[in-house]
Amino acid sequence: MTADTVGRFERALEGLEVGLERVSAADARERIETIAQEPAVGAPLPFEGVSLPESVTTEPTSAELEAARTGVTPVGFAIAEYGTVAVESTATGAEPISLYPERHVAVVAESDVVPNISAGFDRLAEGFADGRDSVVFATGRSATADMGDLVHGVHGPGDVHVIVLEDR
Amino acid sequence: MAQRTRSQQADRIRHLLETEGEAIHTHASASNARRYETYGATDDIEALRAEARSIKEDAIDRLPDLIDTVKNAVEANGGTVYVADDAADANAYVSEVVRTETEENGIAGDGDTPSVVKSKSMTTEEIDLNDALEADGIDVTETDLGEWVLQVADDTPSHIVGPAMHLSRPEIAELFNERFDPDEPFETAEELTRFARDHLGERIRAADVGITGANFVVADSGTITLVTNEGNARKCAVTPDTHVAIAGVEKLIPTLSDLEPFVDIIAKSATGQPISQYVTMLSPPTDSPTLDFDDPDEPITGDWESAEAASADGNATGDRDFHLVLLDNGRTDMREDDQLRETLYCIRCGACSNSCANFQSVGGHGFGGETYSGGIATGWEAGVHGQESAAEFNDFCTGCTRCVDACPVKIDIPWINTVVRDRVNRSGDPESYDFLVDGLTPDVEEGGLDPGKRFFGNIGTVAKAASATAPVSNWLADAGPVRGLLERTLGIDRRRDLPAFQRESLVDWFEGRGGPEASSRRAERAAARENGADLDREVVLYPDVYTNYVDTDRGKAAVRTLEALGVPVRVPDLPESGRAALSQGMIATADRQASKLYAALAEDIDAGRDVVVVEPSDLAAIHREYERLLPERSVEQLRTNSYEICEYVYGLLENGADPSALSTGDGAEPVAYHSHCQQRTLDLEAPTVAVLERCGYAPETSDAECCGMAGSFGYKREFYDLSMDVGERLAGQVEGAETVVASGTSCGDQLETLLERDVPHPIELLAPGEYRT
Repeated sequence: MTADTVGRFERALEGLEVGLERVSAADARERIETIAQEPAVGAPLPFEGVSLPESVTTEPTSAELEAARTGVTPVGFAIAEYGTVAVESTATGAEPISLYPERHVAVVAESDVVPNISAGFDRLAEGFADGRDSVVFATGRSATADMGDLVHGVHGPGDVHVIVLEDR
Repeated sequence: MAQRTRSQQADRIRHLLETEGEAIHTHASASNARRYETYGATDDIEALRAEARSIKEDAIDRLPDLIDTVKNAVEANGGTVYVADDAADANAYVSEVVRTETEENGIAGDGDTPSVVKSKSMTTEEIDLNDALEADGIDVTETDLGEWVLQVADDTPSHIVGPAMHLSRPEIAELFNERFDPDEPFETAEELTRFARDHLGERIRAADVGITGANFVVADSGTITLVTNEGNARKCAVTPDTHVAIAGVEKLIPTLSDLEPFVDIIAKSATGQPISQYVTMLSPPTDSPTLDFDDPDEPITGDWESAEAASADGNATGDRDFHLVLLDNGRTDMREDDQLRETLYCIRCGACSNSCANFQSVGGHGFGGETYSGGIATGWEAGVHGQESAAEFNDFCTGCTRCVDACPVKIDIPWINTVVRDRVNRSGDPESYDFLVDGLTPDVEEGGLDPGKRFFGNIGTVAKAASATAPVSNWLADAGPVRGLLERTLGIDRRRDLPAFQRESLVDWFEGRGGPEASSRRAERAAARENGADLDREVVLYPDVYTNYVDTDRGKAAVRTLEALGVPVRVPDLPESGRAALSQGMIATADRQASKLYAALAEDIDAGRDVVVVEPSDLAAIHREYERLLPERSVEQLRTNSYEICEYVYGLLENGADPSALSTGDGAEPVAYHSHCQQRTLDLEAPTVAVLERCGYAPETSDAECCGMAGSFGYKREFYDLSMDVGERLAGQVEGAETVVASGTSCGDQLETLLERDVPHPIELLAPGEYRT
């Protein structure tokens, strides 16, 4: 994807008060470690040459999930237009790991950032064809206005960071 | 109003205005304003709306097929589909699922009561699922914060999207402090939310079954789409090992690609967000591991490598159970009903509520039935709960049409309201006092039509008689005893000024000054002075009831303006448009009047004359409602050849007519302009603004949706306070301006009452010769 698309993604996330960092695969592990407040849980990253730091627990127990302050997950793709990340339901627990902890760190390959919702649906359709047919479009932070004013971090994370792997 | 008397209804509205009005207005109008912004920023919004509508039309058309398709898809995924005929059927099925589940797996958490967590779903409200489950000994917790507040308060939703919109933060804080008795009393929204998150989080972790609704169901993949901002729907769907999704059958759409426009538009129309925080597309049972918080030390993912392997060949991990309950509950009958079918296209975004001035004042507890509220609720309630439930609040719809622009699937909500009103009219018992209006109402309606409705629906006949006897009729109508009688029998509020009928109608005035021949001479003289456009047009000015008998000045101003711009005018005595009858739900009467009007105008149209209309609601009848009443060709003829007065003047100026023949300002003369609800729906605010600007004024437009008068609505005793509440919002916007103009009859009347000064039609400002107040 062009840098322009990532730029658009970054601007959309800015509006949602979600930080975006571009890193190389070689630097990703270190950056994740800095951003992930402990205790942290995660779903394994499928990107070549990138692994989760030691401090991030994969295959967490339910107690670890409940206690975690950060959840680190890969996302299948991202939609620049709206600042959306597509979290897939996987057996490795990406869905609950991205949802339960207060902070979600989403890791996406730059080549998987698509410009708009239409391109996003093309990616979604490809995934469905391959059996990845449960996906959440997550945009920004969990929010509610039901208690009279806008509050972030309700049932889902109140703090979201996106890491774009520039060379993936 | 069958169940309540007028004064009971008036009391109830007053109570809602006082108790819930402020909170409702704050939230609904803010969502509405954000919708304008987001719609405005979306380049292809009209294409998106058209596409969404066409997908829904197709889906409802193919509904029986889609039900078969989704059954196959969900079963192939490993889940179960149950089509429930009605509420009792659906509730019994869900109860049975919970019972079986807890018998097989034991009860999660500490207690011995099966527990269910739910995410917000109007469909489960429709069937009163919570009550049914609780009656079966099942503990139910709502997890959407708004729904949970209502559950704690034992209250009901007042908005399709923001169910607790009618409660303010201090009210919620007071409720929670009383109920939960915290160490430190709750005060801020932050504190309340934090508490709710922790409390509900525990419930979700310990629940046996999660229940969600579904915003859309993709038939061919069995994908349930949940659109939320909080994240509770995701938790309810994936945390317990059993997920039950309940959706009306109308939520089915054929394929994944059909989902795209809806994902793109639903948040824009609902809250004005570009997209909601979470659009969850689940094709359950999903691969996501279930979470057993009773067993804290076991990895949630189990042996995920083998689970991955299992899911690779298309099988779920095996410990998940999924049930899709598709609810009929009257929907199949609605599909067969040509007038109510459109209701099934509704995506439950609540944009019609937010755009509705009356809803913004009283909210869904006034403007709603057993479950649904706001504009589209009439269709839903009539379809799923029956006409009685719809009759309760149907008259809150003034037919202003502002919701028509708001609806993402372009449902003609005012028409559905008119149809239901017509059916309610026909189901009533004949009342006494009919004799009073019998002589004045040559309508063709049957059944026990409310005398007030009959009166307003036949206002043309009333006006004709009153004009013939003016000024005596005006003195009489203003006399105390007569006002008392009008209030008792017809429900006309005695606080409302009645229109003063002119002895000389516009038609008579026009004939008196020489008729069409004299008008031609005047237009020719103007053209000779090179003021006119060289267009060779001729106009039939439509004398609507109000312009003809009450505010003849605006009719005279229209005639003078057109002549000054070189266009000869005719003002024949023409039949009513049917707009007044439609407002009262008298479709048969409107149908007859539409036919008569078409017949009366056909020759003029054939002769190439343009029909120019002063009253926007009459033009709206011709352009919008006539397609329901007349043959297609007739409607096309009328639509192509009829114009709103300022739109027409705009066309003349664009084609070379010289504005200096009119009363012009100095280029910066400020004018507050309130367009008219139906005129705005027809995109006719802009030409009036442009004409005012071309003529040297600096118009500022109001953004209040409606004046609150909307024809007969504001005269009715039960709606008087509401009408004033809505009107005050508009008056507040324009009161600072030296000159205030308004296009609609009702708008002008309402503003004159509230501002206690003259509020002319813009054409009166523009007509040659200074406008004199």
